[in-house]
Amino acid sequence: MKKKVLATLLSVTMIASVLAGCGGGSDTPAADSGTTATDDGAADAGASDDGAVDAGEEAPADEAAAEEEIPTSTFGDPNGTHLEMWTFVELHGQHYGNMVEKWNEQNPDRTIEITCTTYPYADMHTKLLTSLTAGTGAPDICDVEIGQFPNVIEGLDTWLVPQDDTAAPYLDTMVQARMDVYSGSDGHYYGIPYHVGATVMYYNMAVLEEAGITQEEVDAVVTWDDYAALGEKYLAAIGNEEGKYWTSVDTAGCDWLWIAMAEYGDDWTGGFDGTANVQLDSVNKMLTMQQNWVNNGLAMVSPDGHVDLEAGFQNILDHNIVSFPKAMWYMSRFTNYMPEEKGNWYIAKCPVFEAGQKCSVGIGGTGTVVTQQAVDKDLASEFLCWAKMSEEGEQLIWDNLGFDVCNTVLWNDDAFAHDDNNQYNQFFRNYPYDVLYEIKDDIGTIYTVRISPTINEQMCNVTLNDILENGVDVSEALQAAQDVVDLEQ
Amino acid sequence: MSKFKKFFYSQKAAPYVFVLPFILSFALFWIYPLCSTITMSFQEIKPAGTEWVGMANFVKLTKDTVFHTAILNSFEYMILTLVLLIPFPMLFAVLMDSRLVKAKGFWKACLYVPALTSVVISGTLFRLMFSEYQTGQMNVITAALGLGTFKWLKMKATGLAALLIVACWRWTGVNMLYFISGLKAIDTALYESADIDGATAWQKFRYVTIPLLKPTTIYVLTISVYAGLAMFMEAYMLWAGPDSPNNIGLTIVGYLYKRGITKNQLGYGSAVGIVLLVIALAINIVQLILNGTFKKEED
Repeated sequence: MKKKVLATLLSVTMIASVLAGCGGGSDTPAADSGTTATDDGAADAGASDDGAVDAGEEAPADEAAAEEEIPTSTFGDPNGTHLEMWTFVELHGQHYGNMVEKWNEQNPDRTIEITCTTYPYADMHTKLLTSLTAGTGAPDICDVEIGQFPNVIEGLDTWLVPQDDTAAPYLDTMVQARMDVYSGSDGHYYGIPYHVGATVMYYNMAVLEEAGITQEEVDAVVTWDDYAALGEKYLAAIGNEEGKYWTSVDTAGCDWLWIAMAEYGDDWTGGFDGTANVQLDSVNKMLTMQQNWVNNGLAMVSPDGHVDLEAGFQNILDHNIVSFPKAMWYMSRFTNYMPEEKGNWYIAKCPVFEAGQKCSVGIGGTGTVVTQQAVDKDLASEFLCWAKMSEEGEQLIWDNLGFDVCNTVLWNDDAFAHDDNNQYNQFFRNYPYDVLYEIKDDIGTIYTVRISPTINEQMCNVTLNDILENGVDVSEALQAAQDVVDLEQ
Repeated sequence: MSKFKKFFYSQKAAPYVFVLPFILSFALFWIYPLCSTITMSFQEIKPAGTEWVGMANFVKLTKDTVFHTAILNSFEYMILTLVLLIPFPMLFAVLMDSRLVKAKGFWKACLYVPALTSVVISGTLFRLMFSEYQTGQMNVITAALGLGTFKWLKMKATGLAALLIVACWRWTGVNMLYFISGLKAIDTALYESADIDGATAWQKFRYVTIPLLKPTTIYVLTISVYAGLAMFMEAYMLWAGPDSPNNIGLTIVGYLYKRGITKNQLGYGSAVGIVLLVIALAINIVQLILNGTFKKEED
């Protein structure tokens, strides 16, 4: 009889597992983790930083829409050359849709029809890698988030089409560093950028004014010491109210560390050929400073790890923090998730350790590639470069996606930068592009190379938590991180 | 036609025809991937082709501290789920089978419904509930109880607790159903004779129910060992990805996913998978031998 029961149970499980297999599709995390895109004007939703950690982090906003269909839209001339395009942000797809209409007007003899499919972040990158490895099934054009770029660039020109020739006409006005971050170890450009992602300091000027701090005082901040001193003043002015802080430091994002490295001209990845070293003085200094801030009550640890999450938005809305450094693409988070803050925030350049250092770094980003499986590689490449680097393209990128575009000529173009119809110009107290133009020579570069995902993962999972949450000694924590990184190189 | 009929009615051929679909799908979706995983675990899969690397992947695993954390986490989780998900569902099943509980259908449904929901949705909801922000559901509750707020998903103990809460919420009903079906198979005459002998409720449970439930218990134990070790979705959804602070939510399968899928290191990922297979097989074989499952049936 025992056997009978066991047999019944086993057969039940067998059937159950078969059925589970059928429905499994809707259960896989990748398939459902939410169409990030939908209303997320924030193009870099997934790219809030540069690493694997972000893979899922951008998802929460739309996860409720789990069973939603994959949005696909087709634009352009049905008789033209058909291009397949994948992205993980629906707005990016719409950008190509808008651009393809313009392209067809200008090139009636080489019209294009483009189908843009938006997949969830992790899903799209997995599908892309699989189809590239398999040699079939990849789209013609594909968005690749910078944290994932090292995986995709592995295949160099067996997988991707070099863009050197098609990008050439636009290169003289582009920020060179942004082209470099999407180049391969063979020196060719493979990805075309949307934005610089320059870091700036966001200040809640409305709250600061209530505490008697003026915009002149904010503008006078040069070094991190000045910044901390102003923070002390703010906290004293509000009577050191419990739960209120000057800023929040991140345990699940490396932005602050990137800023520190850029200021000293360091790069922990060591570039394409070097060896990674996370035990840099600049990193150590930043972390020591942050650890002190947390201990002194000047800074809190960002709820859930960094400011680009629901808890982070809520923290900003509750005025628990009144300043933080973040890339310029964070502007769209304000318009999308914190519209009630309109008119309160002021954008300024980041403080530095020593006067005269660079004060910004390009963070995050999405490089768009053309795959070797494209039906018409030349046409796809030409269209891509035009859509992302021409002035028409850049205009749409700024108006719709809210990015700090890579075409430096536009940064002080009055019609472009000071357009009062632009929602971002309306939202902030000052013109974002004025700040960008001011720091144009002070934007550093940290490369994203093969080892980057490993470094990022170790930092965000272990090191930053150890230092900022568990009070572990900075040098010890960095040594432990180096050991893990060394295993991979 | 008659040949065709003859073939189908033949006692020799028909069974093979009937099991053919299963054998085919089993071979295609189980045996083939298993074999190719074993080969891949000795290779490095590169864009330009594959390269045999011998034991390199396994040697690296012995030095990989993150992998060791993952194994430890999976073991802790597995053991704690065994402790929680065998006795309690058994107890609930006995209660459901007794006359003590009213509205049994309602309670059964309540306990079983979580198993039908998508882990993706429930995981997301649980993540929001366990948010470290003061407005998170769990923090509202603990604050109301005067315990203060916790950074639930940042600390080892609370993180594991969150995982176990999700696991219990999800699997109690399923395991309870297994036990209920086991209880139905127990002959009521045994309880009647126990009553005649003057046995108490506890004695009936201890000397009749538990021994006769043994096959069900072994079955539940076996699948729970495997499910505990192979847990992935719950952690993936709670931490919105395979990464978690200090890797407190990293499981073996989570690590496999991270290496094999997100980092595209299929060879190394396969090696992780093989280690998981070996561990799960070893534990279950030992467990089944100790339970006497392989012995000849006595009754």
